This record gives sequence, structure tokens and C-alpha cells, in this order.
Amino acid sequence: MAHAATHDHHDHHGAPSNFFVRWCMSTNHKDIGTLYLVFALVMFFIGGSFAMVIRAELFKPGLQLVQPYFFNEMTTMHALVMIFGAVMPAFVGLGNWMIPLMIGAPDMALPRMNNLSFWIMPFAFALLLSTLFSAGGAPAGGWTMYPPLALQGGSVAQMVFAIHLMGISSIMGSINIIATILNMRAPGMDLLKMPVFVWSWLITAFLLIAVMPVLAGAVTMLLTDKYFGTSFFNAAGGGDPVLYQHIFWFFGHPEVYIMILPAFGVISEIIPTFARKPIFGYKAMVFAIASIAFLSFIVWAHHMFAVGLPLGAEVFFMYATMLIAVPTGVKVFNWVSTMWGGSMTFETPMLFAIAFVILFTIGGFSGLMLALAPADFQYHDTYFVVAHFHYVLVTGAVFSIIAATYYWLPKWTGRMYSEFWGKMHFWNSVIWVNVLFFPQHFLGLAGMPRRIPDYNVAFANFNMISSIGGFLFGASQLIFVGVLIHAVWGSKKKATDRVWEGAKGLEWTVPSPAPFHTFEVPPVINDDELAHGHVDH
Amino acid sequence: MTSGGIKPHGIKRAVLSGLGGALALFGGSAMANPKPWQLNMTRGASEWSSVPYHLNNIALGVCVGIGILVFGAMFIAMFRFRKSRGAVAEKWTHNTMLEVVWTTVPVIILITLAYLATGGLTSFANTTGSQMTVKVTGYQWKWRYDYVDYKGKPIDHVGFMSKLDRLSDETRQLDSGMDPNAVQTDGENTYLLNVDKPLVVPVGTKIRFVITAGDVIHSWWVPALGWKMDAIPGIVNAAWTNIEKPGVYRGQCAELCGQDHGFMPIVVKAVPEAEFEQWLAQQQAANAPKPAAAAPATAQATTPAQGNQG
Repeated sequence: MAHAATHDHHDHHGAPSNFFVRWCMSTNHKDIGTLYLVFALVMFFIGGSFAMVIRAELFKPGLQLVQPYFFNEMTTMHALVMIFGAVMPAFVGLGNWMIPLMIGAPDMALPRMNNLSFWIMPFAFALLLSTLFSAGGAPAGGWTMYPPLALQGGSVAQMVFAIHLMGISSIMGSINIIATILNMRAPGMDLLKMPVFVWSWLITAFLLIAVMPVLAGAVTMLLTDKYFGTSFFNAAGGGDPVLYQHIFWFFGHPEVYIMILPAFGVISEIIPTFARKPIFGYKAMVFAIASIAFLSFIVWAHHMFAVGLPLGAEVFFMYATMLIAVPTGVKVFNWVSTMWGGSMTFETPMLFAIAFVILFTIGGFSGLMLALAPADFQYHDTYFVVAHFHYVLVTGAVFSIIAATYYWLPKWTGRMYSEFWGKMHFWNSVIWVNVLFFPQHFLGLAGMPRRIPDYNVAFANFNMISSIGGFLFGASQLIFVGVLIHAVWGSKKKATDRVWEGAKGLEWTVPSPAPFHTFEVPPVINDDELAHGHVDH
Repeated sequence: MTSGGIKPHGIKRAVLSGLGGALALFGGSAMANPKPWQLNMTRGASEWSSVPYHLNNIALGVCVGIGILVFGAMFIAMFRFRKSRGAVAEKWTHNTMLEVVWTTVPVIILITLAYLATGGLTSFANTTGSQMTVKVTGYQWKWRYDYVDYKGKPIDHVGFMSKLDRLSDETRQLDSGMDPNAVQTDGENTYLLNVDKPLVVPVGTKIRFVITAGDVIHSWWVPALGWKMDAIPGIVNAAWTNIEKPGVYRGQCAELCGQDHGFMPIVVKAVPEAEFEQWLAQQQAANAPKPAAAAPATAQATTPAQGNQG
């Protein structure tokens, strides 16, 4: 098996011993994957600290801590950092680490570009975060940067250039992933035998290449409107503020799926492993991801139901949006069917995966409600929307990233993490995240707008509950850091190569920890070894 | 599927009493202010505001129903198919019958919801046949209301700015030391939900709003009317309402518009038609061009129907 082949080779050239050479000049997909993941974790805590400021100010009515403008800086930066700094790089890190291991490739197709696409990120975020200390303050017009408001604030240039850099990084990362998947699969690893995680990333990478240039165009027009006297979005000069929203959401909606499709992939790996049963409906899973990706291009204006669209447009975007419920439903039903008739155990990755299925589905339900345009006239821009997208992004995307980390961590470090503290992390996270976000549905339905630093006393009870949940959910993530540090440096318990009893797929055929170089000789693919089992019937 | 929609009878009521009963209980009807521990949207106070309310309840009921099925199946699976109970994994990965069912049943549910929602959208889009027009303009951070016409006659010189009331404004300052609970109007807490001059409109009248903005994008939202509409510089949006019950209906700006986005509430005071006509005549008289100076001060003092904070 592949196992033996890699063993023979990896000892000859391990990782460089010089710290700078190893990490800054790395072209190794595993080290770059690690860099991405560490970077994402740091950003998760920076973005999280902004959220703590928000929740602290909203703890009770009246302004106690910050000025309203700074509050707006916090909401804006929280979103930008979490989306572009935490969730997206975390998935790129998982892709970097796992895609070559899952398809039997020795590395990414374009290793030097891989290095560049990572090392752009710290500079992009240094630029973005530096605005917090600049005279004009950080961007405060919301992460959607709607003109004319976004053009009133300071730091437009820093924000635009930071987004350009992130976009360049994302596009290069996507090219690399597509090139790797299409060109470097081991012989016998047909496209329809690839793990669902690899499929999800292939489709996500195409989405990224399609929409990041659109975002770059939109923010460049903001830049020229601000500094070079153009009037793309300035009504007084013949422009149209709504045009920006159309362009932004043509990027923004696929972007939403960029953050959730790899999560679908992760969950589709974890549930079969711990149910010890092949995934239900492999092809349906792949086609569902592809159809969600397609639909993501024709639903953008459901973010704009209240801008005064003509009736025909409202109807079209409402129908198209509702249609997404069908493939998404198929995925959820397939995960449940994978569990049905299995032989389940509930290690930490499985717990997070199950929580993902339930809580992401709750986010999907509120998404369906939001799709109904007349009801959206009420929901739009309220805390109902805040609750919705935090269910899909925190208990969806972030939970899947955490699940993936626990799932593959023993493969990365060669040591088992502490199952007890992993479960502590899980139960604290899953309880407090619901205390944090569930009451926000009620706030929105009762009429609390989003992005406000202060509110009527009628909203006080649920805001206080939500804030308490927020502080404790934030604190629970410190357990995660503890578990990670212990697993990397402290744990005495060696991981086996297979790690999980029910684990299938090529990544489990290499030793734990995965040696610096793997699959220098292509592995022999045995269909029984693939996570989804026999695909022919 | 272009008409249809929600009208208060039949299937919907059955669905509601079954699934949305508990929520309706908490929701109450036609509340002007949000209430502590409020769990659901309210029915609102206008002819159209029942549309989003019922759609919300029906969609919520559908979601709860599907959720019970899906999560129920998951929990049964987690209990029955545990390795610790000796479960042995099966090998099947397909079930064509099931897959067809769980693709088509959601489609049927979605078509039903789409049919109801389309009817609501169509009725909302019809701004024709209005008896009155009010122009709403959003500014950082206040609203301007201009009365354009009423029952076919143009109205001159009736227009005013409407901004956060003084007590809320003082209380909301950082470290003001003032208690938001103390901001009361007529026994209700109106912290951040009260203005110096409300928009006064008649009940039982189809009112067309034309909505725009002077600087950045705002959004004019009174939950009791059932909708919000963005106020966008350079664009004039139209929406309509027909308020059924007299009352004071409060709302807020719903589109981030800068530092005081949270501090530009909306208050609509709906009064009987006769009272409105009286108020309008007073406003017109007070604002008519006068030969003498010193108009603003007296105008303020001679409009009894304006503020509502006592």
C-alpha cells in the first residue's frame, strides 16, 4: 500500500531546521496549511474581541462603553476580519493540508504561488487593522461598504487595498486548488471517486475565481469615487448608489457559499467515519453542492428586497432563493440517512458535526423565511438577520472548521488531543452559542434593527441574555486553544495512522504525523478504501 | 402563480391555530411598542401588515414541522445506532424512493409558500388609488415629512423635520448617568423611540409614501405598517399603507447611516379623519406665508397636535 511507499522516502528530506526558512520560505503544502490555520485562529480571536466589545455595549440599554462611531467600526471590522481573515483562510488551510493527502498528490500543483498567496494575507490584515489606530479611524460603514456612507468615513484607501490583497490571495489559492485537483490526482482517483471535501473545494475555488474580481471592481469604483472624482455611485453626478449593491451582492452571495460549501465537504467526511457507514447518496451530495453553487449566482438581490426593486425582480429573486432549499435539504437528509443504520460513536469531531447539521439547518430555516420577500420587508436589517447568518456562519462554517481540526489534528501532530477537554469545548460552545444567537431571533421579530449601539428597554432582556452567551462562548474558545497547545506539544498519547476506527480515504494511509513529504510515489487506489465506499452502485 | 396570496380566512387560519398558536399568544395584536420578552412579530395596524405576519407564522410553522421530523430522525438514529448499544453498521448508500420523496415534497411546500408570498408582493406593489401622498426624506440623522396632497388637493407648506426627542437624546449620551427606564410617554417606555414631531396621518386612508434621502441611504421602517423601504439619495421609492386603528406607531431607521443610525426613530400618529383634517388646516394656517416676522416661534406654540410626550 501507499503507506509503505511513503515510509521509504520521507526520512531523506524532512522540514528545514531554520525557523525562517521553514515557515517564511515554505513551499510545502502541509506547512503552508498550518500557517493558514494559525493565521485564521489568530484572526478568529481578534475578530472575536471586536464582537466582545459589541456585546458588552449591548449588555444593557444606554451607552456605557464606547461612542456610536466606534461601535460601527467594531461591527464593520468584526465582519471583515471574521469573513476574510478567519473563515476563508481556515478553509484554505484545511484544503492545503488535506487535498493533496486525499487525492494522493505529493504537494500542491503550484507550491511557490502557494507561499505567496499565504504571505499576502498578513500584510493585507496589517493594513486593514492599522486603520484602528489611524486618524480617520477604521471603516465604519458596515462590511458591505454601501456608498455613499462608506465614502464618508476615513480609511477608504486602506480598506480597498486590503481587500484587493485578500482577493489576489484568494484567487491564487483557488487557481492552485483547481490545478492540483484537476492535474495531480493519483492514477485511479477519478473525479467521481474523490472525497466530498475535495469536490466541495473544487467547486468553491471556481466560485472564488468568478466573484473575487467582481468585488475588486466594486471597491475600486468606491476608491475612484472617493479620490478621483468619478460618480459611479454618486447620484448627484449621474451615478446610482443601488448599482453598487447589485455588484457587491453579485460577489456577496457566492461569497456566502464560499464559506459554507467546504463546510459541507468537511461534514460529509466526518459523519461517515463515525457512523462507520458509507455516505448516503455520494453523487447527490456532489450535484447538490454544484447546484447550490450555480444558484448562488442568481439570487443576489434577495439582500436588496427593501431597496425598491420592481415587482418582477422581487418575484424572480424570491423564487430563485427558495429553490436553494431543495439541494440544501437533500444534503441534510443525506447526512441523517448516513447516520441511520450506522454504528455511531461520539468523539469530539462527530459532536461538532452533529451540532453543525442541527444548527446549520436552523439557520437554513430562517433563511427560507427571509427568502419570502413580503416577510423580509419586516425581517430585513433586523436582529433576525443577524441571528440567521450567525447560525449559518458560526454554528455552520466555524463549527465545521473546529470539527475538521479535531478530526485531522491527530494526523497533523501525531498525537491525540484530550478527548475530555475536547468535549468540554464542545458542550460549552454548543450551549453558549445558542444562548448567544437564539434570542436574537426574538429581538429581530420584536423590531430591533441591526447595527445599533443602543436600544429601547423592551429589548433589554434578550440582549442581556445574548451578551452573557457571547462572553461565555468567547471564553469557551480558550479551551480550544488549550486543547490545541496540549495536542501539539503536551500530549503523550500517540495517534495511530488510521486514527479513527471508521476512517477511510487516502489521508489515513500515511503515517501520523504525516511526514513532510507524502505520496512521492503515487498510491494504489483501492475503491474499498474511499470514504464513500463503492460508487458504482 | 402571479396572483393568489393571503387573505384572512380558510386554510391559513387552520394552519395558524395548529402551529402558530403558541406564538400568536405571545404576539398579541396591533401593539404600538415592542414589549419586553416579545417573541414574535405582531399583526400590525394596517390593511397590508397582516401579510408578512401571517407569512411569517406559516413559514415558521412549516420550518418547525420539518425540523421536528429531521431532528427527530437524527435523535432516534443517535439513540438506536450507537456502537455502545451493539449496533452494526449497514452498507446501503441509496434509496431511490426516499430521495424522490424528499426532493419533491419540499418543492410542493415551496410552491405553496411562493404562491402566498407572490400575492402579498403584488398587493404591496400596487400604490395606485391613494388618497394622500407624503414625501419622506432621510437625513443624517432625522426624517423630514412633506405633505404633498390629500384627497386630490395639493398641500402647500406643510412639512417638518422629525428627530429624536430631547429626553432620549440626553439620556443616550455616553456616561450621561441618566436612566433609559425613566424615558416614558403615556406610561410606556419610549427611550430612543420618540420624536419631537410625529408624522400625523388619518386612519382608513390609502396613503402613498414617496421615500428618498438627502445624504446617505436610510430605511424607513414602522413595524406596525408591515414594511420598510430604503430611502436612497437620487432615487424616489414608493410604498403605501392604510392604517386601520388610531394609535401611535413607532419605528426606527433600518439601514446603517452613520454614527447616529440608532438614534433617528420614526413616530406615526394615526388619528381619525376629522381630527387629521383639523390638524392639517391648522398646520396650513400656521405655515402660510405671513406678512409679519416671528413666524417660527408662534408656529411652534400654536400646534397642539404635534408632540406626543405630553
